[in-house]
Amino acid sequence: MTPREAILGKIRSQISVGSDDTTRRTAVANRLSSTPKGVIPERGQVAPAECVDLFCQQAEKVHATVDRISTYDGVAEAVSAYLRGRNLPQSVRMGDDNRLEAIDWSKTPNLSRAFGPSDGSDPVGLSHAQMGVAETGTLIMTSGSANPTTVNFLPETHIILVHSQDISGDYETSLNQIRSQFGKGRMPRTVNMITGPSRSADIEQKLLLGAHGPRSLHIIVVDD
Amino acid sequence: MKITTPEFKSNAVEALADENLQKAMGHVQVGFIEKRQVAADGLPEFEALRDNARDIKNHTLAHLDLYLEAYSEKVEQSGGHVHWAQTAEDARNTVLEICRKAGAKTVTKGKSMISEEIGINAFLEDNGIAPIETDLGEYIIQLRGEAPSHIIAPAVHVLKEQVEEDFRAEHTHLDVDRNLEEPETLLDEARTVLRQKFIDADVGITGANFLIAETGTSVIVTNEGNGDLTQTLPRVHIVLASIEKITPTLEDVSQIMRVLARSATGQELSVYTTFSTGPRREADVDGPEEYHVILLDNGRTNMIGTEFQEMLRCIRCGACMNHCPVYRAVGGHAYGWVYPGPMGAVLTPSLEGVEKGGNLPNASTFCGRCESVCPMRIPLPKMMRHWREREFERNLNPATQRWGLKIWAWIARHPGLYAFGARIAVRGIATLAGKNGRLASLPLAGGWTKYRDLPAPEGQTFQQQWRVRGGK
Amino acid sequence: MNQPKVGLFVTCLVDLFRPNVGFSAVDLLEHAGCEVFVPPAQTCCGQPAYNSGDRTDTRTIAEQVITAFEKFDFVVAPSGSCAAMLKKHYPELFQDDAEWQERVTAFSDKVFELVSFLTDVMFVQDLDVQFKGSVTYHDSCSGLRELGISHQPRKLLAMGEGVELREMKEPDVCCGFGGTFCVKYSDISNSIVEKKTANIEAANAELLLAGDLGCLMNMAGKLAREGKTTKVRHIAEVLAGRLEAPAIGEAK
Repeated sequence: MTPREAILGKIRSQISVGSDDTTRRTAVANRLSSTPKGVIPERGQVAPAECVDLFCQQAEKVHATVDRISTYDGVAEAVSAYLRGRNLPQSVRMGDDNRLEAIDWSKTPNLSRAFGPSDGSDPVGLSHAQMGVAETGTLIMTSGSANPTTVNFLPETHIILVHSQDISGDYETSLNQIRSQFGKGRMPRTVNMITGPSRSADIEQKLLLGAHGPRSLHIIVVDD
Repeated sequence: MKITTPEFKSNAVEALADENLQKAMGHVQVGFIEKRQVAADGLPEFEALRDNARDIKNHTLAHLDLYLEAYSEKVEQSGGHVHWAQTAEDARNTVLEICRKAGAKTVTKGKSMISEEIGINAFLEDNGIAPIETDLGEYIIQLRGEAPSHIIAPAVHVLKEQVEEDFRAEHTHLDVDRNLEEPETLLDEARTVLRQKFIDADVGITGANFLIAETGTSVIVTNEGNGDLTQTLPRVHIVLASIEKITPTLEDVSQIMRVLARSATGQELSVYTTFSTGPRREADVDGPEEYHVILLDNGRTNMIGTEFQEMLRCIRCGACMNHCPVYRAVGGHAYGWVYPGPMGAVLTPSLEGVEKGGNLPNASTFCGRCESVCPMRIPLPKMMRHWREREFERNLNPATQRWGLKIWAWIARHPGLYAFGARIAVRGIATLAGKNGRLASLPLAGGWTKYRDLPAPEGQTFQQQWRVRGGK
Repeated sequence: MNQPKVGLFVTCLVDLFRPNVGFSAVDLLEHAGCEVFVPPAQTCCGQPAYNSGDRTDTRTIAEQVITAFEKFDFVVAPSGSCAAMLKKHYPELFQDDAEWQERVTAFSDKVFELVSFLTDVMFVQDLDVQFKGSVTYHDSCSGLRELGISHQPRKLLAMGEGVELREMKEPDVCCGFGGTFCVKYSDISNSIVEKKTANIEAANAELLLAGDLGCLMNMAGKLAREGKTTKVRHIAEVLAGRLEAPAIGEAK
């Protein structure tokens, strides 16, 4: 008997069922196909404009900073201004995301851009979120060359763009969008839900920002 | 890991006398309890979500075999490997085999209670592989050679001055005159020291908060970002998870996520919730080339179908211990194994046997605060009582206790005799107390009078006085 | 409703140590319009056996209690812990017994803790609380978490114009009594009650009140040992104005 058979067999014998119990198999198949939603907090179930406002408030509550700009035309200057304001070098590490590529970076000639995954030497990462979730000010990142996972964690400062139309009220709506995009039962290799900059309270329960991940998280919401 | 639960009583006495520990435990109140309350109050649907979280897990446990099958199939489809481990030893050997194949010299680790349960660190060290804990709390206790004393705040028992000492002893390459007085500087130093270790590691080991059957995904929930660096940078990622982590769908995980962080730290959501599915894909530019999941049983299947099955709903938030007066008094180490507090009091006898773990379900006042905050509504006091029943059935409690109980129960079943005995007893004790109204000591009542006076009885029982007054 | 017949479950601790609480309960129930009966065939609710894992003896004791009390309209106990045993835990003992199931359910439905019975069942609106001074109230665990008793005692205390409630820090945290726990794990129990008495002292009230004699004796005994001056009484004594008897553990 393989360990797998032993474990599954033990579970079945503990509850006196066989492996061919169709009622139980149907119950499982139903849940996996119907994916019931459960209890959805009211707070995110608001009109789109309010949803974006809520997203910004919630993100600020967890110590992210938020900048709202009206179009992608303003991104380059917003990034550059943020870096200047923080006394950070004018250089970012980023992936080959289409929306980032389409930005007119010529407006900020001093801002240098490096591409591909981070090796830990970049002070600033720039990413484009797949989605935002208003209920907790959470950003959802999917892995790939467009937005490498290392860019989310290694640089001390992380700047994330999110399009206001991609902000939903709750996790279920956002995760369901991933499901539609990648196919039922499939996921990108990594999905990062990010809610504020990294932190730890492991020393005397005192909350400190900037543990192993970014010390600062700056969100640019593009209203478009 | 060596179990010292049978010595719980003496462990507790030591803990009560440990001034540093007592001071450190004072941080639990503001650090956890008040924040949890604010978070729970801040979400009107919190109680309904707890109900639903409970129902989701009940459904899952009733179909655990089938969800495990569905999950493992999805993992394989996404290019990952599933290893089934019946025992801690099986799991250790599997980890070692994967590490050896990868030619690993160092292994970084995200926080994982399963890794504590199977004692992987000592085992890897014995086999020439260096495990490096990267969660700040875990790193601190690894330097101290200790086990975690809390499931989400492993170093809750340590004061910052002690951390400073440990860092100075370990980080000898750094300037001896550096200032390490504040937690901020300590955190910075840990960040710097560990950064290179993340990059150099050959294998990364994490736990899992959830395993999603729908997609074959493992989920970790962290605040520091160490778990993500652990599983993104090395070539090989190993997920250590016990079988009850299975959750059916993305929606079900979302539901439980909402109660997890709120109950644990009082955050609405932890900073990083990461979904990992298989190894890096063709389009990926980073991430591990190999992805392994070790599914551990280690005694859990014995709980299925028994009065302890509900314990398998536990999502390891730590709220029960934060709110437990006994845990707050003695800290986590006194419990003597991996899991402390109320959840440990049920889980330890379940996984390690009641012969070894029997002390823990007895060391409870049944105040019920654990159950009142458990996001999964696990009836912890009821289960501790079930363990007491199992002990009683098997004659495991001390003979004096059993006989005392038997005699008392016999008297309680005979009201006439009871009333007679009661009259004599209260008269006797009242006489001993005289006009004082209380006793500083009393034969056979040393357990009481060691620390407190015994208020004296009035002198006549209520029943006596009631009958005298002609009451019905 | 006709005058309801109430069976008073005195509780063993009140019977043995503090009959004044029993008489206070009788006064309060009569004031609320009840006719009070005290069946002689009562000893203990069975918690010591139940919490020691001895289900067989617990069951026998439960049958005895049910038989003695099921004829009344209500069963009232001046203790959240004993009331919760009768109300919440007795049904569990008879789960597999169809014959008893109905009986135990009918019985448990009628069981109430004294203070919440006065407010939630008898809807007591006015109570002439004589006591003048400051009090602090400890929420005993079983009453609070198994029966939801929290606002009821405070509501009744507020009916006394001279009662000033000074809440302590963490009134809802266990006092460390826990029945046999306090002697089996006396060192841990002591650490818990020390925190409690510190909170009691900091509340700076003349009188500590609670609804369970076990907790009260534990806290009174510790306060006395520590030489603290806060007096201790069962809340029923204050509500009924039976204050002639010395406070718990006080000299005559």
